[in-house]
Amino acid sequence: MSDSKRVRVVFESRASRIALVLFALGVIALAAAPYWGGRDDLQLLAEIYAYAALASLWNLLAGYAGLVSVGQQAYVGLGAYLLFALAILLGLSPLWALPLAGIISGLVAMPVAGLVFRLRGHYFAIGTWIVAEVFRLAASQVSLLGGGSGTSLPASMIIAIAPSRALRDAVEYWVALALALTILVAIVLLLRSRYGLALKAIRDSEVAARCSGIDVMRTKVLVYIVTACGTAMVGALIFLQRLRISPDAAFSVNDWTAFVIFITVIGGIGRIEGPIIGTIIFFVLRQTLADLGTLYLMMLGLVAIAVMLTAPKGVWGLIAERFGFSVFPLERRVILDDGTARK
Amino acid sequence: MDWINVIIQGVLVGGLYAMFAAGLSLIFGVMRLVNIAHGDLIVLAAYLALVITQTLGIGPLTALLIVVPAMALIGYLLQRILLNRTLGDDLLPPLLVTFGLSVIIQNGLLTVFTADSVKLQAGAIEVDTVRLAEGIYVGVLPLLQFAVAVAVIGGLQFVFYRTALGRAFRATADDPAVAQLMGLDNRHVFALAMALSLAVVAIAGVFLAVRANFDPSQGPARLIFGFEAVIVGGLGSLWGTLAGGLILGVAQAIGAHLNPGWQILAGHIAFLIVLAVRPQGLFPKVRM
Repeated sequence: MSDSKRVRVVFESRASRIALVLFALGVIALAAAPYWGGRDDLQLLAEIYAYAALASLWNLLAGYAGLVSVGQQAYVGLGAYLLFALAILLGLSPLWALPLAGIISGLVAMPVAGLVFRLRGHYFAIGTWIVAEVFRLAASQVSLLGGGSGTSLPASMIIAIAPSRALRDAVEYWVALALALTILVAIVLLLRSRYGLALKAIRDSEVAARCSGIDVMRTKVLVYIVTACGTAMVGALIFLQRLRISPDAAFSVNDWTAFVIFITVIGGIGRIEGPIIGTIIFFVLRQTLADLGTLYLMMLGLVAIAVMLTAPKGVWGLIAERFGFSVFPLERRVILDDGTARK
Repeated sequence: MDWINVIIQGVLVGGLYAMFAAGLSLIFGVMRLVNIAHGDLIVLAAYLALVITQTLGIGPLTALLIVVPAMALIGYLLQRILLNRTLGDDLLPPLLVTFGLSVIIQNGLLTVFTADSVKLQAGAIEVDTVRLAEGIYVGVLPLLQFAVAVAVIGGLQFVFYRTALGRAFRATADDPAVAQLMGLDNRHVFALAMALSLAVVAIAGVFLAVRANFDPSQGPARLIFGFEAVIVGGLGSLWGTLAGGLILGVAQAIGAHLNPGWQILAGHIAFLIVLAVRPQGLFPKVRM
């Protein structure tokens, strides 16, 4: 191909580059939060990062790999319990236990995938939920970690993170920000790699993808394991900040799956930016309406249903379709040497 | 003797699980929809029965005469107004909408009835027992519940294979487009399937409410039991679903007998073993 020298394949556009610079500036401002924010601000922001990360991971699983799971709380809880087990039983520093919890959860996800992948579609969804229930019931049988009533992180472990409380808050905050960013970048890179292309092909037509030589099962299992690993690290971090764990809190289907699904769907499923927008909307609603309690949850359910029925691509889907705009473009564009771009 | 009792109790509870499962299996068979709110609808039916027995002063079994048609009507409208709009190739909309519905029902019940657990009083029948053999006694109510479960499964089997309605269900399940060409209104057929499913849910809900304490948070667990019974029994087979319910009930009873904390876990593990060894279920039948 003599033309190949004069053709470039890129992801970025001018608009996306500007957006990315703005995003980077925002991240820098957020990274400085320990210098401008109070303790409450840091905790709220860390929680926002955790939800953005959980929603991004669920989006990868459901929106890109077509694996609609309602059992991701299995890995939130598993990661959290592993962190507490490694810290309390083995005396490992929590900051080391965090990545380790992710790796072990990834390993656990392999045999679990072997089981739940026998179920398809909707049945897969409920199958993952049962796995989460098994994990929850198993955790409440572990008397070393407090059984059904749970346990707290010992003071010596808390001090091991950082000597002073202010420094500890800052360290945990930075870890939360770094983890959320790492997960976001990892997802973008994964989707831009050949696995991303494979996922897209599978989403469009599983049969056609298989005919093109894509190992559909292997690709899906890979995404499932990667997601489990990330979800577990986020879970470990959430409960490291709470300092206390119990099976019902760690494996809560409401907190770690219902909210995460609503966030992703309202923000826009199948787009990188969707979960981030969704998280912002979710927290704005929560900060203003949380006093309503159960009524707030009912409203959230109604909004999610309404979005699914009337605008299934979510808020970001509407923006992206109207303006053809993307902060983290995944589509390849071919640039010819005369400067014209083709999709 | 002890173990025989445990297994009998398990079988009797299993009938209830089979009823949870039958409604689930029915709508999946007809329109490939898994209703995540199924368990919450069971609990809703239980609360409906509670309100009716208290306001009218009638017994739970008489209340069935009102709860069953009421739930069937809710099912018809739910499908016609909301769920029909979610059906299609994409599996996310039905899953998400029924998931949202589950959250709405659960929190709605929580708002109206609080988190306190309640129970339906059935009177003297609750403590009546019959002697099956030396040392083996069975409660009249669990026995009745089991008989009703078998009757419900048998009734569904009859509707499916012996009536015009069942033929419409099977035709729509096989090929919705052709069924429509033959003059069936799919939206109506689907709504009737959901109505039938929720009629079964209503019966299951009333027996659940009489058997034990219940509260608004119990729905998801009922959904999971029903789902496990469907998969253990094998997709598409109604009698298989009954067998699946019984196996689940017996597994839970054995687990509970060994250690009270293992009851639910034992049921899940039985399910996972079946999934690992025989993923198509014990009595599979490809089409309903």
